[in-house]
Amino acid sequence: MPLISIKNVTKVYNTERGRTVSLDNVSLDVEQGEFITLVGPSGCGKSTMLNLVGGLLMPTSGQVLVNDEPVKGPGPDRGVIFQQYALFPWLTAQENVEFGLRLQKVPKKERAERAMHYLSLVGLQDFANALPKELSGGMKQRAAIARAYAVHPSVLLMDEPFGALDALTRVQMQDDLLETWEKEKRTVVFITHDVDEAVYLASRVVVMSPRPGRISEIIDVPLAYPRGEEIRLSPEFAEIRARVWRGVHHHE
Amino acid sequence: MTDRKAEPEALTMATPTAIAEDTEKGERSLKGLYVITFFLGIGIWTLSAVLSRNALIPTPIDVVASFAELIANGTLWGHTVTSLSRVTTGFLLGVALAIPAGFLMGWYWLARGLLEPWIQFFRTIPPLALIPLVIVILGIGETAKIFVIFLAAFLSCVLATFQGVRNVDITLINAARVLGAKDFTIFTRVVIPASTPFIFVGMRVALGASWATLVASELIAAPTGLGRMMQQAAQFLQTDRIVVGIIMIGALGFIMDRLLLLAERRLTRWQETR
Repeated sequence: MPLISIKNVTKVYNTERGRTVSLDNVSLDVEQGEFITLVGPSGCGKSTMLNLVGGLLMPTSGQVLVNDEPVKGPGPDRGVIFQQYALFPWLTAQENVEFGLRLQKVPKKERAERAMHYLSLVGLQDFANALPKELSGGMKQRAAIARAYAVHPSVLLMDEPFGALDALTRVQMQDDLLETWEKEKRTVVFITHDVDEAVYLASRVVVMSPRPGRISEIIDVPLAYPRGEEIRLSPEFAEIRARVWRGVHHHE
Repeated sequence: MTDRKAEPEALTMATPTAIAEDTEKGERSLKGLYVITFFLGIGIWTLSAVLSRNALIPTPIDVVASFAELIANGTLWGHTVTSLSRVTTGFLLGVALAIPAGFLMGWYWLARGLLEPWIQFFRTIPPLALIPLVIVILGIGETAKIFVIFLAAFLSCVLATFQGVRNVDITLINAARVLGAKDFTIFTRVVIPASTPFIFVGMRVALGASWATLVASELIAAPTGLGRMMQQAAQFLQTDRIVVGIIMIGALGFIMDRLLLLAERRLTRWQETR
């Protein structure tokens, strides 16, 4: 049984300029522990797909199942990481991480321990008391990742999380994310429009095409984890990257 | 793209003061300038009062003397306390009602639909325009004055709060939802803190409106208060007393505004500085 099951999902937006078909009869299964990246040009419906799984949107038709249950709304079993970080600016890094735990009525002491555990996991143990405005972009996103991890979701949904970061920080964040993920495996659905990032992170790359949003190709990435520079610079990586590139840029 | 284009322009425009403010030395010389301009202003005032040869234009010395006299005979204290308590009561009542009303309007379309037209309409009427009606109905006692001040404070603050709620970043609300927050929690733990900066702006505007309304209502009819004191002085052409009243009102308003600013800085320290 797949952990996430998207079955014949269509999502239509009614805007002032008419109907936009964001997703057109899309189906996708994601297995437990997989790292999936969704890649495609803007307008291909990748964010819509993520928000459907996250429960922030409802499908026009079709079904989204997580753990065999239809998604009825957002819930702590599916953590979401936003491109704009979405940290609560009035809370410290630690208080941000504790936010979800507080809602689950986790006792104070355990809350602090768990928050510190996940802040350490992302390398922010020394910034527990910092306010978001005192953190760099990369650090903010790390805090957001710790916050999502802390409530123990079975799925992590990441919506172009590194899109606002500079190229160097981005590569560092990719390595750090894989390291975190290998320490605590979660099923990850990760959106990007960066082909390198899509291939480097994923065990499967889902290539999407726009107008209407459809899955055009699914490409396996049979490269072993942990991944590092050798993998990034290997001919195998280059070959898969080329396939994904063609899928994204030359689909007809 | 537009950002990049605007940058050089903004840079040249900001340069003269930006450089002075950037350095600590600049900060110090700015404070020095404040002192200089204070004495310069007093000097110009004195000079023009003397040169005008008009006995009705008081010099700073006349005003200080009058101030000392009013303190000595105890009247200034009484007027000040009355005015201050009117402003504070009206302001606090107005703000206390405006904040929940603004939240309701921002959060529930029903509340917005029922309240917003009235608020938008009454907002365009200066509260002073209501004074004749209020005096007829409520008389010239405390209730009438506090009511007009309350109205002024309420109308200034309610829309700011409403705007604050409307402006809460939807991503923050979504972030709370995916962490398991329901409506009530989102309201108390996200919407309220996120709109605090707007509420403070509203409160500061409300404070200004409260003082303006107070003085006007006291000028029209009141047994005591700073406005009454000035009105009385005017009948005896005691312009020095009028100036004492003006300075008192300015100083009290300024102090209350600074106190609010201090509270704002404390409570919204988390804001990114622009």
